[in-house]
Amino acid sequence: MNTETGTLRQIALSGLWSDNPGLVQLLGLCPLLAVSNTVENGLALGFATAVVLTATNCLVSAARGWIRHELRLPAFVLIIAAFVTVVQMLFEAYAFELHLSLGIFIPLIVTNCAILARAEVFASRQPLLPSLIDGLAHGAGFAGVLVVLGGARELLSSGGLQLAGAPPGAFIGLALIIALRNWITARRTNAAGT
Amino acid sequence: MSDRIRGIVSLTILAIAAAALLAYTNEATRDRIDANKLMLLQQGLRDVLPAQQYDNRPHEDVIYVASPELLGSEQSLPIYRARYNGKPVAAAITAVAPDGYVGHIKLLVAVDMSGRIIAARAVEHSETPGLGDAIDANKSSWMTLFSGRRLASNDGEDWRVRRDGGDIDQITGATVTSRAVVNATRDALHYFARHRDEIFEPASQEVATSN
Repeated sequence: MNTETGTLRQIALSGLWSDNPGLVQLLGLCPLLAVSNTVENGLALGFATAVVLTATNCLVSAARGWIRHELRLPAFVLIIAAFVTVVQMLFEAYAFELHLSLGIFIPLIVTNCAILARAEVFASRQPLLPSLIDGLAHGAGFAGVLVVLGGARELLSSGGLQLAGAPPGAFIGLALIIALRNWITARRTNAAGT
Repeated sequence: MSDRIRGIVSLTILAIAAAALLAYTNEATRDRIDANKLMLLQQGLRDVLPAQQYDNRPHEDVIYVASPELLGSEQSLPIYRARYNGKPVAAAITAVAPDGYVGHIKLLVAVDMSGRIIAARAVEHSETPGLGDAIDANKSSWMTLFSGRRLASNDGEDWRVRRDGGDIDQITGATVTSRAVVNATRDALHYFARHRDEIFEPASQEVATSN
């Protein structure tokens, strides 16, 4: 029992920190860089991505027994596309302003390889509960990076640093966040070593 | 063999389940989405038509016309008519630029009775974020370049982007987008010039909110 909760904790930590899709795996960078110009956009796209990722993980895990191995990719893509379309319609109906400002990036969640990667690497081999945790953690990890980057860029560009709001600011900002994460990890490893 | 059939069956079941989920969501959200689109349309019309100069409801005073060569689409597109005391004031023409950098660009071009553009807006497009999407009024003021322009008859305006020798600044890094929008806007003016009186004649047709 204890080891099981331990594993679940490890799964959660991996998505949020040690294997974060935006900072370590560097998956889904296109939407990450493009939509991180404000906190609001970042949060909305991060939330939408997390919902799709979690729902996909759960369904893939539940269906893993009867999806044939050779057919798994079309099946995953079908599942992801269906959830993305549902999310898109919900945004269009209940968050129309966000629908307008996120535009093409909501449908483009289909192509976010972070989602396909979790389905393939994790959910298709694991039971429902770990897959649910994995989906939530990786979704939250991705959304977290979007929000932090979006917040930093919005703050700096409204404070007069226009570069931060422009496209190059996204690359520089993400690089700084990755560097910060690596620095923290390195310090921890050193501290553990000595 | 039976394995293969099992595979086909499982994918088919999955596809049917996905279709059912989408149909249900579509049904559940359609009314709200239509209402949102109508609100957006009214907003768009308020943006391009000067509020004091008409007293009807242009979004309900609509005709649909098809002109592949001047409005850029085989399909019938709406023209919204603004009137004051029943007299025609302006028309907001929907025009399509079929040759955007990423597919079609849908424009709303408001023209007054003298054939002068009041304002033009891009209402639907998928142009590249950061470059071509400068045609979006939320992103840049580029579309205001069209306000006040007419067809180049006597005042020597040249409806081409600078790159092609005209006098309209193209969007930096998005010449294809700029060219497409300039051409479509000019063609919408041609359409207005040729059909001005017919546009205001017929009674309003039923409003189709979803596209």
